[in-house]
Amino acid sequence: MTADQTFVVIGAGQAGGWTAKTLRDEGFEGRIIMVGEENFPPHERPPLSKEVLLGDAEKDTCLLWPKDTLDEANIEMRLGVRVTEVTPDAHTITLDDGETVSWDKLMIATGGRATALPVDGADLEGVFTLRTIDDAEAIRAKLTSDATVLVIGAGWIGLEVAAAARKRGATAIVVELADRVCARALTPEMSQWIHDLHVRNGVDIRCGVSFDHFEGDGGLRRAIMADGSVIDCDIAVVGIGLTPNVELAAAAGLDVDNGIVVDERGQTSHPDIYAAGDNANHPNSLLGRRIRLESWENAQNQAICAAKAMLGGEDTYAEIPWFWSDQFDANIQMMGLPEDWNETVVRGDRNAGEFVEFYLKDGKLEGAAAINNPRDLRFTRRMMMSDKTFNASDLADPDVKLQKLLKG
Amino acid sequence: MSDVTFHNAIKKDQLDEDEAIQVIIEGKEVAIINLGGEFYAMDDICSHAYASMADGYLEGECLECPLHGAQFNVKTGKAETPPATVDLATYEVKIEGDDILVGLPNG
Repeated sequence: MTADQTFVVIGAGQAGGWTAKTLRDEGFEGRIIMVGEENFPPHERPPLSKEVLLGDAEKDTCLLWPKDTLDEANIEMRLGVRVTEVTPDAHTITLDDGETVSWDKLMIATGGRATALPVDGADLEGVFTLRTIDDAEAIRAKLTSDATVLVIGAGWIGLEVAAAARKRGATAIVVELADRVCARALTPEMSQWIHDLHVRNGVDIRCGVSFDHFEGDGGLRRAIMADGSVIDCDIAVVGIGLTPNVELAAAAGLDVDNGIVVDERGQTSHPDIYAAGDNANHPNSLLGRRIRLESWENAQNQAICAAKAMLGGEDTYAEIPWFWSDQFDANIQMMGLPEDWNETVVRGDRNAGEFVEFYLKDGKLEGAAAINNPRDLRFTRRMMMSDKTFNASDLADPDVKLQKLLKG
Repeated sequence: MSDVTFHNAIKKDQLDEDEAIQVIIEGKEVAIINLGGEFYAMDDICSHAYASMADGYLEGECLECPLHGAQFNVKTGKAETPPATVDLATYEVKIEGDDILVGLPNG
C-alpha cells in the first residue's frame, strides 16, 4: 500500500511539476512533498525568454496549473528552500533551513543553471543570465528604448533575448565565437536564414568574435573583445548554455555522466531514486544512444514516465527530440538530432519565410527544421517513426500532402 | 424551442477524409473534423495555449495540437494527453445534402 508512504520531488520546474501531478493522477495516496528553490509553484520556462521578456505576459503565464488543481492534488509545497544533501542510505534529504525530510522514493528534477562565464567583470551590475522568473523580470526591466543590450552567444536564449530587446526598442548587439548562429543545431542555410531575420530587424550580429571580459564602475559600461575592440553597452546577457544540476546526485554517490545516469524508466543507480528532465541522461532507443536533452517536451514526458515507474510502472521513455523557438515573427522548430545525412530537401518558400528543411539519409528521414510551419514539422515525427523511405521530389512539393506520403 | 441552433458551416467536399478545418461561426472558432467519413465538431482553440487545432493532424480518434502536441478526442473533446488538462467543447453535427451544419448552444 502506498497511503503511508512519502514521495519527495526536488525541483518545481516542468519535470518536477509533472512528476508530482502524475503521481496523484496515477492514484498515489501517500504524501507528496515538493521542494523548490525558486519561490514559485510548478512552472515552465519557455515563456521567460519570449512572452515574459517582451512584456506580453506576466510570470503567471508560466504556471503549469492553476492553484485549484494543485490544491486538489494535495501536493505539499516547500518553496524558496534549497536541498543541501541527499542521503540515500537513510532515505532523507536535508534542507537549507536545517530540516530533514524522509522519503520512500525520491525524484531529483533539479534541471540546470545558466552556464557562468568566468571572466573579469562578470559580477558587475547589469550582467545577466536568463534561466529563472527573477532573471526574466530583471532583464525585462532593463529593455528600454534607450538601452544598448549586448548578448554573448548566438544560441536560442541569446537570439530570443536579442529579438525581445529589439521589439522593445532597445539596441541589440550579439557576439558569437562560432562563424554562424546556432551552429550546433542548424544547417548553414538555416543559420543564415535566422541571421538574416535578425539583421532585417535591426540586430547587429557579429560572428567569429571572441569575447574577453566586461568593464565598468560598479555597473557595466563596456565589453572588451579578445582583439581589444570595445563594445559600449548598458546591460549584457550571457547565453552560453546550460549546466545540469547534478551536484546533489553526485555527492549522494549516484552515477553521473553528463547528467544523472538513468535507465529508460527514469531510475538512477539507486532503486528508490529517480531523475528526469534537463539533468537526466537516458538511453534513447529511437536515437540509438544515451542522451541528455534540454527540452520542454522531454522534461514533461520523461517525468511522467518516471513518476509511473516510481509507482511500479514498466513504461519506458524514448522520444524523437523536439525543440522550438520564437524570434520576431518566426516560429522555429526542430525535430530529431540528425548527425549524419546525405540529402537536404527544402519544402516551401525560404524567401516567404515559411518552409521546412528535411534531412534524408538514403531516403530515411533523420530530422527536420521548420520556419513558420509547425504543422508539417510535427508530422515529421510520425514519418521518422515509420520505416518508410521518402523521395526528395515528393517532399519538396508542397502540393503533395505529407499524410499521403506516409500512407502511400 | 431547441437550445441549439444549427449553422451552415461548409460543404462536404471541402473536407477530405482524416483532415480538419477551422470555421468561424457566430465569431467562434470551431474545428470540423472528417474522421473516416464521419464528421465531428469541437472548439478549435487548444485549451493549453493559443493554437488552431484544425492545423493539427489526426492520430486515431484524436486531433493533435500543432504547437505542443496535446491530443483531444474529436468525439468527446476529452484532453487525452499533456500538456492539456482541460477538455474542449464538442458540438452536434448535421448533414443536409452536401452541407455540414454545426449546432451551437443558444444564448
